[in-house]
Amino acid sequence: MKKSVFFGALAGAALAGGVAGAATLDDVKARGKMNCGVSTGLVGFAAPDANGNWEGFDVALCRAVASAVLGDANAVEFVPLTTKTRFTALSSGEVDMLSRNTTWTFSRDTDLKTDFTGINYYDGQGFMAPKELGVTSAKDLDGATVCIQTGTTTELNLADFFRANNISYEPVPIETNAEAQQQYLAGACDVYTTDASGLAATRATFEDPTAHVILPEIISKEPLGPLVRHGDNEWGDIVRWTLNALIAAEELGITSANVGELGSAAGDNPEINRLLGTEGNLGEMIGLDADWAKRAIAAVGNYGEIFEKNIGENTPIGLARGLNAQWTNGGLIYAPPFR
Amino acid sequence: MSTVTDPEQASFRLSMLLNDTRYRSLTFQAIAAILLALAFWYLGNNLIQNLRAAGLNISFQFFGEPSGYDINQRLIEYDSQSTHGRAAIVGILNTLLVAFLACLTATVFGVFAGVLRLSNNWLVRKLMSVYVEIFRNIPVLIWIIIIFTIMTAVLPAPRAFRGDEPEATMLFGAIAFTNRGIYIPAPVWGPGSIVVVLTFVASVVGVIAYRRYATKMLYAEGKLLPMAWPSLAIFFLPSVIMYFLLGRPIGLDYPELGGFNFRGGLQIGAPLIALWFALSIYTGAFIAENVRAGIQAISKGQTEAASALGLRPGRVMNLVILPQALRVIIPPLISQYLNITKNSSLAIAVGYADITATLGGITLNQTGRAIECVLLLMLFYLTISLLISAGMNVYNNSMKLKER
Amino acid sequence: MADTHAHSVAFARKTQIPPSPPPASETGVIKWLRQNLFATPANSALTLVAIWAIYSILAGTVPWLLNGVWSTASLSECRDALQGEVGACFSVLSERWNQLLYGFKYPSDQYWRPNLAFLLLFFAAAPVLFFDLPRKLLIFTGLYPFIAFWLIWGGSILVPIVALLGFVAGFVVFDRYGKQSFATGFFGAIVAAFVIWTLGGIVIPDTASENAMLSQVPSRDLGGFMLNLMLGVTCVSLSLPLGIVLALGRQSDMPLIKGICVIFIEFIRGVPLITLLFVASVMLAYFFPPDSTVDLFLRVVIMITMFSSAYIAEVIRGGLAALPRGQYEAADSLGLDYPQAMRLIILPQALKISIPGIVNVAVGLFKDTTLVSVISMFDLVGMIRGPILASTEWNGVYWELFSFAAMLFFIVCYGISKYSQWLERRLATDHR
Repeated sequence: MKKSVFFGALAGAALAGGVAGAATLDDVKARGKMNCGVSTGLVGFAAPDANGNWEGFDVALCRAVASAVLGDANAVEFVPLTTKTRFTALSSGEVDMLSRNTTWTFSRDTDLKTDFTGINYYDGQGFMAPKELGVTSAKDLDGATVCIQTGTTTELNLADFFRANNISYEPVPIETNAEAQQQYLAGACDVYTTDASGLAATRATFEDPTAHVILPEIISKEPLGPLVRHGDNEWGDIVRWTLNALIAAEELGITSANVGELGSAAGDNPEINRLLGTEGNLGEMIGLDADWAKRAIAAVGNYGEIFEKNIGENTPIGLARGLNAQWTNGGLIYAPPFR
Repeated sequence: MSTVTDPEQASFRLSMLLNDTRYRSLTFQAIAAILLALAFWYLGNNLIQNLRAAGLNISFQFFGEPSGYDINQRLIEYDSQSTHGRAAIVGILNTLLVAFLACLTATVFGVFAGVLRLSNNWLVRKLMSVYVEIFRNIPVLIWIIIIFTIMTAVLPAPRAFRGDEPEATMLFGAIAFTNRGIYIPAPVWGPGSIVVVLTFVASVVGVIAYRRYATKMLYAEGKLLPMAWPSLAIFFLPSVIMYFLLGRPIGLDYPELGGFNFRGGLQIGAPLIALWFALSIYTGAFIAENVRAGIQAISKGQTEAASALGLRPGRVMNLVILPQALRVIIPPLISQYLNITKNSSLAIAVGYADITATLGGITLNQTGRAIECVLLLMLFYLTISLLISAGMNVYNNSMKLKER
Repeated sequence: MADTHAHSVAFARKTQIPPSPPPASETGVIKWLRQNLFATPANSALTLVAIWAIYSILAGTVPWLLNGVWSTASLSECRDALQGEVGACFSVLSERWNQLLYGFKYPSDQYWRPNLAFLLLFFAAAPVLFFDLPRKLLIFTGLYPFIAFWLIWGGSILVPIVALLGFVAGFVVFDRYGKQSFATGFFGAIVAAFVIWTLGGIVIPDTASENAMLSQVPSRDLGGFMLNLMLGVTCVSLSLPLGIVLALGRQSDMPLIKGICVIFIEFIRGVPLITLLFVASVMLAYFFPPDSTVDLFLRVVIMITMFSSAYIAEVIRGGLAALPRGQYEAADSLGLDYPQAMRLIILPQALKISIPGIVNVAVGLFKDTTLVSVISMFDLVGMIRGPILASTEWNGVYWELFSFAAMLFFIVCYGISKYSQWLERRLATDHR
């Protein structure tokens, strides 16, 4: 009895120590570290490498926010969360922000009391099938066995799609992506469905990726983005505008290579100047210093660089920009003006 | 020394609350009650504050709303338009189904291994103790995953049955073992099939009655009536005759390869089989130990006495040892059943839609109502456990009465 | 007699015949085989079936084991190295060895710390497990939790020292006053300990951990088999005292206390551990004060400790019930009060009877620590199902990883259960 009290007191002091009040920004600054919820391992988006360092598209956003707020891209505690624990972890204050390929939906934004602060990846649910099956459209899948990774919106989309097309299917819910792959490759299910980005990432790891096709139908909209607790708008603004800064940086041609040069003195482009803090006081308005965006871009690069480095066409994941190209290139990625 | 306190003067003093054994228990209970109330108040207060801060509330309304997801293994009608409540019921039924099946087979495995562990055959004895030790000392979660992986990797996919020279064939042309599950013929109930079923039920009753009668004859008049053949005859013949008389009202619907899958027949899904088998073989190892302990608890004199009466070894076991050992075996056996029910919650590792996977899994994820879902989940398991414990107490009491 | 008899017959052997060897079928290997393997036809059939079973298992696994590849960097390289032959890719074990044992985040230059803590565990556990060792060694057992905590988590050494001081103060107070009145001593001890801890909390500066001798490791970075071992050891040792209290409470004749204990025990025993872990991961955070967060590791330790204490309480209750009534009466007639009777007479005997049961609970609990993988903690199973199988290099290696995990658990659990059997035999002779 006594012992557990001791342990609680001790561990409470030594291990947790964290305090999550109303003002997340102050907490993060006081702590000197930001807690960022990520997925438990999805290659390209958030996965620990062989040395245990977290890498990926979602991870880069955490690092960007940490460098904007704390000036150190490594001042992040990555908290791996399952689909089940992610919202509780956020609302109970265990993490300061969630960057865990989470789909922005109405009920999550309202009923679960979270705030989505933007979209960093436009995804959609697709199907992958072996070529030898001869399937060319998802509408041919009548009676098929479908592997799904549980705990996401994918189950609901799948049910809606098959219902709307009035065809039958048999769902096989699987806990992790790795196990779903195993089932799929062994033929225990005919098709595998998850977000198209995930399908591409999964297919990239197969022995013979060309033996599998990704069907043309995208059956859902999956805008993935970071989210924060409802009600702390200052913190929400920081996360939102850090993401926007990365996006705007690509549009304006600011890269991690030239950000030091561009940000050293005011240049010709006033928007670059405002973004990098050489003109105006945007940083002050969100409670940070003038160099916040400069640090974020210097730490992880602009949106395009992050994309290319983690999930772009030269990586094993090999995703094309597609919808995620800048609006100037026909995509949907668009940052509001910095002024 | 001379001033002896007057014993009459034992009026109540405050210190007696601590020092007098008559009142001290009241003090302690009062303290305990206060502490308990404080703890509840503290936790409840924190909960309310936290929920208010997060803007959440406790509500069970989601139970009436459409769930939006499909479940592949279901005993009652269910589709994605059904409510979350119905999904939970599907889950409950699935939990009970796998627990029931696993209890049956675990008992068979356990009794088998337990008896064989005491066999005269050295090799068999060692083999069984290897089985027991291996399964008892490795976590059940690892077993469930391993067995599911074996099923997926070793059994052929339905695809393998296709083509002119398929890699896999169906057993007797009727049963297909695939990594999606086992497909067996399903009965088709034609008109008049009810008569056949009733005949069958009647013949089961008949077999029991005959065996009772034979036992009675044995004890009362010492006549040994043949057991095996008449039992078999009563069991099968009337039903078979009735079946042909009525023109084969019960047909079989054979599974056939069609489209992506086998169609028709009855499918027993791979997750169900993996979970069922893993739970049975894991718990079987524990039951084997209980059975062995139970048998060894019967003194050797009983075996010797039975042998001296000229009973064959098999009969010694069946007629003398097991009936006595059961009294020792059954209480731990029932607590193993309880463990099976609780361990079936690991179904989420293989994607079997039990209550933990529906209510505590997908419903929780979709609605985000963590507190409500987890509370209900615990309530369900608690109810099941208490029911089984109650059953066990009834059994224990009935056994006690027979003791002399 | 002997003489007359010797003269009346024609021949009498004077010496004993040297015993002739028994027939071949009744000696050595053959006799053993006949008796143990082929006694009856049914038995022979069983033997043949068993031999066939062993053969088919070995035929499947031995080539796979012997052909194993130990030194490739990924699954595809391993498949190339095997060239289509049957064989295991054990290189996943050699490549991810550290991850499997320590998780993927524990700083790799600090591995000696958990190793040392693990080694010291044997010294700490020895006097508890083997009664023959000198009792003085128990002092080390008492110190061990603090040493292990410091070794594994690192940070300021002041933290474990203050914690230890709190216990020492509590013990001193109890020793001083407990003799007159148990209650005074007990509550005094708790107060003393808390005073020391509070003072310590004020004295230790917040920055003490930053430049400590051992760098601080957050508990989120613990993982692998180390996490299983830590959860198992911590929770079992924490739940022992709690279990004793619950067992005594359940036997108490104070209805309220008895009721609380019964409800707690039956509730915990009635639900699966996994639901309690869900409570730890998704619910417990709501029950802590609004402005604090409690580490997931600690939350899980709390829930598993509650879980195992309920089971241990039932084992100890069995031990208490097995003591003859006379022991209680003898204690009463000596004029001992309840705490004295329990401490000096009842509990030492009851605990001794319960040890095998407690060990069984401990083994079960240790196996159940794998369930934390379901709530995104990276224990051994979590590491395998998560980062390792999800990585591009090792996607698709199942048998090697899961057999390795099974083997580790088997070694530990089998060792403990052998100890328990040894103990049972020993205790049995003591009672005769």
